[in-house]
Amino acid sequence: MKDAHAHEIAPITSRIGPRFAACAAAGRAALVGYLTAFDPDRQGSLDRLLAACEAGLDVLELGVPFSDPTADGPTIQAAMQRALVAGATLDGALALAAEVRRRFDLPIVLFGYANPLLRRGADALVADVARAGIDGLLVVDLPPEHCAVLRDPARRAGLDWIGLCAPTSTDARIEAVLSVTTGFVYAVSLTGVTGTRLDVDDPALHAQLAALRARAGIPVAVGFGVRDAAQVRALARHADGVIVGSALVEAGLDGAEGLAAKIRELAGALAR
Amino acid sequence: MPGNQNQGVPLLADFGEFGGRYVAETLMPAVEELAREWPRAWADPEFQETYRTILRDYVGRPTALTPAPRLAEALGCRAIYLKREDLCHTGAHKINNCVGQVLLAKRLGKTRIIAETGAGQHGVATATACAYFGLPCVVYMGAEDVARQALNVVRMRLLGAEVRPVTSGSATLKDAINGALRDWVANVHDTHYVIGSVMGPDPYPLMVRELQRVIGDEARAQILAHTGALPDAVVACVGGGSNAMGVFAAFVGDPSVRLYGVEATGEGIPSGRHAATMAAGAVGVYHGMRSLVLQTDDGQLQEAHSISAGLDYPGIGPEHAFLRASGRARYLGVGDDEALAAIQLLARTEGIIPALETAHALAGLPAILGELGADATLLVNLSGRGDKDMHTVMKRLDPAALGLIGEGRLP
Repeated sequence: MKDAHAHEIAPITSRIGPRFAACAAAGRAALVGYLTAFDPDRQGSLDRLLAACEAGLDVLELGVPFSDPTADGPTIQAAMQRALVAGATLDGALALAAEVRRRFDLPIVLFGYANPLLRRGADALVADVARAGIDGLLVVDLPPEHCAVLRDPARRAGLDWIGLCAPTSTDARIEAVLSVTTGFVYAVSLTGVTGTRLDVDDPALHAQLAALRARAGIPVAVGFGVRDAAQVRALARHADGVIVGSALVEAGLDGAEGLAAKIRELAGALAR
Repeated sequence: MPGNQNQGVPLLADFGEFGGRYVAETLMPAVEELAREWPRAWADPEFQETYRTILRDYVGRPTALTPAPRLAEALGCRAIYLKREDLCHTGAHKINNCVGQVLLAKRLGKTRIIAETGAGQHGVATATACAYFGLPCVVYMGAEDVARQALNVVRMRLLGAEVRPVTSGSATLKDAINGALRDWVANVHDTHYVIGSVMGPDPYPLMVRELQRVIGDEARAQILAHTGALPDAVVACVGGGSNAMGVFAAFVGDPSVRLYGVEATGEGIPSGRHAATMAAGAVGVYHGMRSLVLQTDDGQLQEAHSISAGLDYPGIGPEHAFLRASGRARYLGVGDDEALAAIQLLARTEGIIPALETAHALAGLPAILGELGADATLLVNLSGRGDKDMHTVMKRLDPAALGLIGEGRLP
């Protein structure tokens, strides 16, 4: 406990809620963009992150590379491998977040798998995350049953805890996820890994999103498989935010320019 | 921490700080379904009857308990008994688990089976069970292992399974597990994932142990019939740890029986090329569970190494981590060379060629006897046969090395 107190800092005020509210007031959905830290290397990653924020992301989802990303498809797996080969570490990822924070005021969500985060110790991690200027945590393999170890210290520090609901989630599970979720809830659009082909006109998806929005009490952002402006335009009518990951990672393969162009295209499709 | 449930289907297993259900939300309903349905199936006399009948008529159970007097003499102890899982159909204990899980999958209405495999043994056993039940089967296998274990790939394809090479990560067993998990995420509505060891999210570690405990249940009755007493120690090799948990399960409640697991130290722990999760691992969350795992200081999983592909896994089942933490079981390590020597020793003393995995358990016996003394009676789980390893043995043992220990010559 002594150690835990040594890490405690004044709680932050998350930027996530206000940003979704501002987007809603402007009559549009929020664009949440995922990029992997250190992909393809430290400087290349920083260039892409800054270009992405400049081009109009509303929320940045920054991925901590992991050797065994079981929920991710081939694109993000490859990005994480490139990043690890380039020497990515947790500290390196946090330092990138801090550099983005120095220049931009958009909310930053740290995405990751439990092991690299818990390896540091929950209290130390939360302190480091808050210090980097990050607003929330999204840990794909810490379901409500097991999240307290990290969520409780994160909430004490003022960080949001982003939970995920899937098309397979039962009512009881949605309730459990919502009971631990703050900031926004991540609606997984399809039964599969990231980057899978998505049908945005699927009535079942629309019904899933409508049901979730009706009970969530916080913004609902939809992601997995969103690739282009037409899909963003379609989903913007059904969710408070649209999350794009693999398609941004691919757009960034040729450099920051292509990534920025892609984000400008997507950001133009958010109106309701 | 496992155990701080706030809703849903409670964890079936209590392994202290180990275990749990660390999976993405998409998989959680399927994992909960298993946790709900497995105990019902296992308690259902009709399911039990079908399972036991398949074990008898197809797998070839009960397997023999073989006294090994010449091995005991060579090692200087009173008696050694070998539980002959090498005599199971497909040549190892893996099939006990596979027929049980595929039977469960049918009961749950699943129409497609997936599995991971390292060396190919669990893949072959799953493909076999799927052929037996007439279900389609996809086996994920690291691309490195596909190349190293070409014969097992042929076996799986002969049995009608589709083998999908996994090229991501280190392209070995842990990546095959990742590949199978991704398939399961996408096909969870009609697919059952047959995990091959006492690992993964709850209830798998407990379910696989229960499907393997037939090893220990038989062995306990057999050794009592042979000797009128329980053994002083039960010994098994551990990778993920299913053959060990299967045999330990029947003895864990006998305080007089010591339990020993033997893990693979490969080329030695200092070399970094080993699979000694117990000796060199740290607590982590991976593959759906909280257990020990070989990892870097930054929390990245490391590659394991062992001459035995079946022990070549950087993690271990959570119940083993629990048994070690509680002091109920002890774990020691032996390396590639010791395992190769143990294959030769058993072959020459008893006329049984064990798998390289199993050879690790045998190679651990001198150290165990050093603790227990020459008066000890040991039960060793002979988890598999060595036919699959002849290529590796041929490459590693030159005629001179064989000449040193006897009359044999390589052709």
